[in-house]
Amino acid sequence: MKFFDDIEVGAREVLGHHTFGEAEMIAFARAYDPQPFHVDPEAAKRSHFGALVASGWYTASLWMRYFVGFNVRTAEAQRARGERVPVVGPSPGFSNLHWLKPVYAGDTITYATEAREKTVSRSKSHWGILKAYNSGTNQYGDLVIDFESVVLLERRGS
Amino acid sequence: MPDIFFEDFIIGEVKTFGSHEVTRDEIVTFAREFDPQPMHLDEAAGKASLLGALAASGWQTCAIMMRLICDGFLVRTAGMGSPGVTENKWLAPVFPGDVLTLRRTVLESRTSRSKPDMGLVTFRFELLKANKSPAMEQVCVLMVGRRNPGARLA
Repeated sequence: MKFFDDIEVGAREVLGHHTFGEAEMIAFARAYDPQPFHVDPEAAKRSHFGALVASGWYTASLWMRYFVGFNVRTAEAQRARGERVPVVGPSPGFSNLHWLKPVYAGDTITYATEAREKTVSRSKSHWGILKAYNSGTNQYGDLVIDFESVVLLERRGS
Repeated sequence: MPDIFFEDFIIGEVKTFGSHEVTRDEIVTFAREFDPQPMHLDEAAGKASLLGALAASGWQTCAIMMRLICDGFLVRTAGMGSPGVTENKWLAPVFPGDVLTLRRTVLESRTSRSKPDMGLVTFRFELLKANKSPAMEQVCVLMVGRRNPGARLA
């Protein structure tokens, strides 16, 4: 990630694209979310979804995969330019997560993040608090997931 | 066939379900696939981080909660999915060996005018460690089929 000071509110980054495969959707759901419409294509056909749909937590976890991948690439570029890579702290959580549309096998989701608000941590002045708006959009341009996250990010010169 | 319906969730009711022992293996396996940050993969990096030791990805903690929700009641419920999570707080890191249980509180329940076959139930879900301290807290809405679709609630 960039240093807290260098992040521009409103800046949006595309993190990556993922095409959902039936086998991976079922594997995740068997481990963590074995509802019939996530693990059984026949049962899913009879459900109001009409076909197998991804667990919402699979859709969310994949956002994280592409977010981390984006940050790794950013860090590599920073190191290549001889810059220091900022320390990212743990996240206290997220809010207003919406699963807006079902994700079906074969759908391609574009994951993104957008900086929304910056606050300087009062107690720990070397950290800034970044609020971000995160999303996944399908191949038809429909939002399938969005949520707001909070992350602690190192300030420059700290 | 489901035997738990919308009408069965009583506002204010608190129940505890299941238990899940978190292993180092599942933390690292999940992190490799979804959240390959050093503190989720490696003991030394975990110790050096603010988490204090190798700890599970927060998204994995959400997934473990979902599994406890499924095993606890949702696979027997006329569940129709979820519109989302109002708030999710990661209150404490989850370490290998932690045994997590689910505490469910029914906060709110309402029927849908546009979809008379279902209702919306708002829950507070908490993941508790063995000493009852909360590791994660979440307010989540589930869509649940009604036992008697279209019937008017008192």
